[in-house]
Amino acid sequence: MPFTIVEKIIAAHCGDDVYAGATVWVELDVRAARDFGGANVVQNFEAHYAGQPVADAAKTFFTFDCVVPASNIPFADNQQLCREFAARQGIKVYDVDAGIGSHVLMEEGLARPGGTVVNTDSHMNIVGAIGCLGQGMGDADVAFAFRAGRTWLEVPASVKVVLKGKYKWPTTAKDLALAMLREFGSSGLLGRAVELYGPAAEALSVEERITVASMATEMGAIAIFVPPSEEVLEWCGGAAGIDVRGVYADEGASYEATYELDVDGLEPLVACPPSPANVKAVSEVAGKEIGSAFFGSCTNGRLEDFRAAARVLSGRPVAAGVVACAVPATRRIYGALLGEGLAEELFAAGFVVSNAGCGGCAQGQVGMTGRGEVQVSTSNRNFPGKQGAGETYLCSPATAAASVLMGTITDPREVI
Amino acid sequence: MAARPSALEGRVWPVVDAAGAYIDDVDTDQIYHNAHLAVTDMEEMGRYAFGNLGGWGDFPEKAKAGDILAVGANFGAGSSRQQAVDCFRALGVAGVVGVSFAPIYKRNAINAGWPLMECPDLSRLELAAGDVLRLNFKTGEAVNVTKGKTVPARPFSRVQLEIYVAGDLFAYGARLG
Repeated sequence: MPFTIVEKIIAAHCGDDVYAGATVWVELDVRAARDFGGANVVQNFEAHYAGQPVADAAKTFFTFDCVVPASNIPFADNQQLCREFAARQGIKVYDVDAGIGSHVLMEEGLARPGGTVVNTDSHMNIVGAIGCLGQGMGDADVAFAFRAGRTWLEVPASVKVVLKGKYKWPTTAKDLALAMLREFGSSGLLGRAVELYGPAAEALSVEERITVASMATEMGAIAIFVPPSEEVLEWCGGAAGIDVRGVYADEGASYEATYELDVDGLEPLVACPPSPANVKAVSEVAGKEIGSAFFGSCTNGRLEDFRAAARVLSGRPVAAGVVACAVPATRRIYGALLGEGLAEELFAAGFVVSNAGCGGCAQGQVGMTGRGEVQVSTSNRNFPGKQGAGETYLCSPATAAASVLMGTITDPREVI
Repeated sequence: MAARPSALEGRVWPVVDAAGAYIDDVDTDQIYHNAHLAVTDMEEMGRYAFGNLGGWGDFPEKAKAGDILAVGANFGAGSSRQQAVDCFRALGVAGVVGVSFAPIYKRNAINAGWPLMECPDLSRLELAAGDVLRLNFKTGEAVNVTKGKTVPARPFSRVQLEIYVAGDLFAYGARLG
């Protein structure tokens, strides 16, 4: 019988053929907790499983990325509580220097094509970018996963989204993600596993796939899977130091629906407050004065994203009165920024360049807004209060760079 | 712990509007308002059950231990708060049957070992407040004992049954070797 991607991944982790609608136990290749939620995981574990070991310490991790290094005592306390638990249990900690957990797990080859991962991170499904099934879960669920090594899932129905046509720079994968949000809204793909096809999907780089997959949560989807290309398999194989194979859907697999999305000549887009689905063309809001810009997050915190920003800036400075912050997703990327001279270039343009992590997106210390502050951000959420008290406009690194250059929301085509 | 029964029988509370129709999309703020999120004592949570659902504010006074809720489509939409399940458990409400449930609500109920059954044909049971309802988790039968009507519901999945039999998700985990 033919299967979809999610059905195949789950089947391989529960030892049984499964179809959409079945509820099954699923073995987890990776069980992780962040500094957000991690302390609650530990408390739940100690309350219910005192003196018992985690199922497999080698598959269990802490990934600190929210407030890193801690800038307040509650987060410092929580991180230390996790470290002490980890030491007792023999669990590896990716500490406050490592960067965003979901990215670290991919870079380390722990999240890999065909695998399964849970973490206390609602964007853990980002690993759909490399054909891996990730799910964000609450602290009780993750404490159980630490103990049992598995969790239960209801196998989601799958839908296909086929991209038609192509777009060109300075339109980027972020604009593609926003185009999907414009098309499907915050609930059009609710509870569905999405498989992305078409030449524009196949052509996406690893980093671009990460950007698109990172916004599955904002679309209400379980995950967005992009069938792994050769480049993706090499990237993951290199990270894992092993040969990896992609999991692909069978011909004739059952999809609840197939949607076509025309992205031909797509123009730069922006999601306006108060929600990621409130998508407009940049040209519709162009001229709005900004006070700050945040470059980073699991959506656009990779090296290519900073290269895109630098390409738009072309040595020109941030406009007077605008605060621009750059937060690389991981330490590895931070190192590359330093090594390539990009950190210096952004610094010279007037940026704050910080260490790796989630930044203001998780109410961390870099990139928070105050009441009345207007911000452009390359992150994924702009709900009231999410990235501070101000108004956040979500856009690509290219659009954010054009905007910091001019001090107003600006279509990057105007300045390159 | 004594074995938990594979069926439930009790007095039913159909969550209906003034016209007698099931209320769809009852969200977690209507079930357990966010003003009470700081409450950590489960007993106290019972006081606020349905506190923000029009016409249902007196439910905590009227509900008795062993009662069963019957609800409409997409019950428990909205936030992931566990209190929206625990407030009913605090009152001794024995379980819930519904046309359909929001996914996170369903996950929270299953993890808590609180019986939840999906029954798309619920309205055909013609349940009135106080009728006696019987739910069989294994066979998936829903019976209005008072009126002598039966409709099929979805039996518990193996996962749901294992967690329910153990008590809750944590108890299930504690039993693992």
